[in-house]
Amino acid sequence: MPDEKIPVTVLTGYLGAGKTTLLNRILSEDHGRKFAVIVNEFGEIGIDNDLVIGADEEVFEMNNGCICCTVRGDLIRIVEGLLKRKGKFDAIIVETTGLADPAPVAQTFFVDADVQGAARLDAVVTVADAKWLAERLKDAPEAKNQIAFADVILLNKIDLVSPAEAAEVEARIRAINPYAKLHKTVNCAVPLDAVLARNAFDLDRILEIEPAFLEVEEAHDHAHHDHEHAHHDHDHHDHGHHEHVHETHGLKHYHDEDMQSVALSIDGDVDPDKFMPWLNDYIQKEGASILRSKGILALKGEPRRFVFQGVHMILDGDLQREWREGETRTSRIVFIGRNLKEDEISKGFLACAA
Amino acid sequence: MTEPASSLTSNVAPFDAGAPVTAAAFLGPVPALALGDGSVLLVAKGVEKRIAAHADGAVLVAARAGRSLVTGGDDGRVMRIAADGGLEEIAREKGKWIDALATREDGAIAWSAGKEVRARDAKGEIKSFAAPSTARGLAFLPKGYRIAIAHYNGATLWFPNAAAPPDKLEWKGSHLDVAASPDGRFLLTSMQENALHAWRLADKKDLRLAGYPAKTRSLSWSHDGHWLATSGADAAIIWPFKDKEGPMNKAPLECGVRKAKVTSVAFHPNALVLAQGYEDGWLLLCRVPDGAEILVRGQTDKAAAISALAWDESGRRLLFGTAEGEAGLLDMPA
Repeated sequence: MPDEKIPVTVLTGYLGAGKTTLLNRILSEDHGRKFAVIVNEFGEIGIDNDLVIGADEEVFEMNNGCICCTVRGDLIRIVEGLLKRKGKFDAIIVETTGLADPAPVAQTFFVDADVQGAARLDAVVTVADAKWLAERLKDAPEAKNQIAFADVILLNKIDLVSPAEAAEVEARIRAINPYAKLHKTVNCAVPLDAVLARNAFDLDRILEIEPAFLEVEEAHDHAHHDHEHAHHDHDHHDHGHHEHVHETHGLKHYHDEDMQSVALSIDGDVDPDKFMPWLNDYIQKEGASILRSKGILALKGEPRRFVFQGVHMILDGDLQREWREGETRTSRIVFIGRNLKEDEISKGFLACAA
Repeated sequence: MTEPASSLTSNVAPFDAGAPVTAAAFLGPVPALALGDGSVLLVAKGVEKRIAAHADGAVLVAARAGRSLVTGGDDGRVMRIAADGGLEEIAREKGKWIDALATREDGAIAWSAGKEVRARDAKGEIKSFAAPSTARGLAFLPKGYRIAIAHYNGATLWFPNAAAPPDKLEWKGSHLDVAASPDGRFLLTSMQENALHAWRLADKKDLRLAGYPAKTRSLSWSHDGHWLATSGADAAIIWPFKDKEGPMNKAPLECGVRKAKVTSVAFHPNALVLAQGYEDGWLLLCRVPDGAEILVRGQTDKAAAISALAWDESGRRLLFGTAEGEAGLLDMPA
């Protein structure tokens, strides 16, 4: 029986953003750990004492009736092989090509029972080029996917842009994904604990990091706006999905045309007999466009908090610790995705109130 | 004095393999284990000999070819280890893993690294073929010099010495291991989706053998070719292949039902007795078809999955290894 699951960090980023720089930094700076690194191209990594494995990015659909349930066949094979030399490494890093969609990589760690039994996804880390990201968000859907999917974003080459440009690109990122940890870097210089051992997919950890969870860095007004939205009737909320920019505290807020996040909350309990079917049905129906989802909920009659996280149509949820005394029982969900039907989500979620 | 008739645990000599066991085989009388640390452990007359077949690597796949063991490693090398410990490099695929391997009694070897499949006949001549996607499993067909390759969306039958185009067998999904029935009528693959797929080669008729709670990664044919034992469920699932239609519209037998999954199966070389290892380290012998069970190995501290099983030629001895590096040798009572 495997005693501890091997953590897996997925490195994404558009071509030239600095993924290899980050990878080399991780491998050369770390002294205690041994990594198995799964790369798509050999040659750029200058470290000998780690296990470097070439991958083919072979993506295929699972025959389980779930159209967006794609996995990386090569990863299943490689993890299986790595397990035969267990004990020789402590963590796995998967570097994807610049044009890769992170979803099949992430889904591999939830869909394949053997892989899931041996390894756990730690976080999706996206390296973005401060100078070119704004352009790529306009012309490369892959770049937008990578930002939307990320748990940690390195806004790299920050020294090559002016403070105004940096603020602009940050606002663009936040319009898509307000929840990722964002680090502005030069040569991907970050402490290793900023990218490794994040436990971003660990339901237990979602509780521990709660102050950061659902918290919108430097964009509280926007979060509040969403929050209000959930509590009002929809008649006076007709702003749709037009690009709108509004200035608050000198920071621009964009609304991205096709990739957004929707955060909703209910001040109190939800009825599990309504919420669970609604969540499952909605994820089944709209999962192709929902990249990531998370939530902490107060279920009526349940002293413990229900926590879930999801990747497209794959949901992982569990009851966690009890609500503390004096802690307000609230129910919150976050979806990040493409062309999200905010009104429909809001209506469906609010109808689950107990 | 004696154990009950339903247990052979006192006939097992346990030993430490030292690394996760990838494969087991008897090279004539010599038990051999291929290991996750890249070595091959030979136990000749009770004396252990460790052969560093893949230095600083791991043995990913291994198969017996006559009286030698052929191994494929994550160092990209294919090695042949003789019963006396003699070591020979068969091939080196630079910077790649050897993903699949198949051997034949006459010494022919096939291996794959990514999409590249190579066949080396008994004389040493090597032919190459590029599979449509990564080759996950290889098997020699019983008739002719022909190799079955499992890959995404089906399997390919390749004649290394013929100019004829390879024969394609299509079925959507990811196909992992491949095996041909001893009479050559059926080709089977294990799949990503916890099922087996079978083609009747005469007419390419599809058969789907489903219902497993886990992937089937161990397949074994009975000596008469009438039964196929498979892992991947809380019992050994044994499909009937005696009839012309194979297992079509027939229910499989289940042997050794427990609350743990079977991870490894090996049919006795000349009796309808199946050795079956479980994910918790248990090992049973089951008689097919009445399902009578004999315990070979029960509760252990590590409770590690049985990852390899092999009978010797006479069926007097059974060698096993686990995913945590334990091993043992069963000597059947006279």
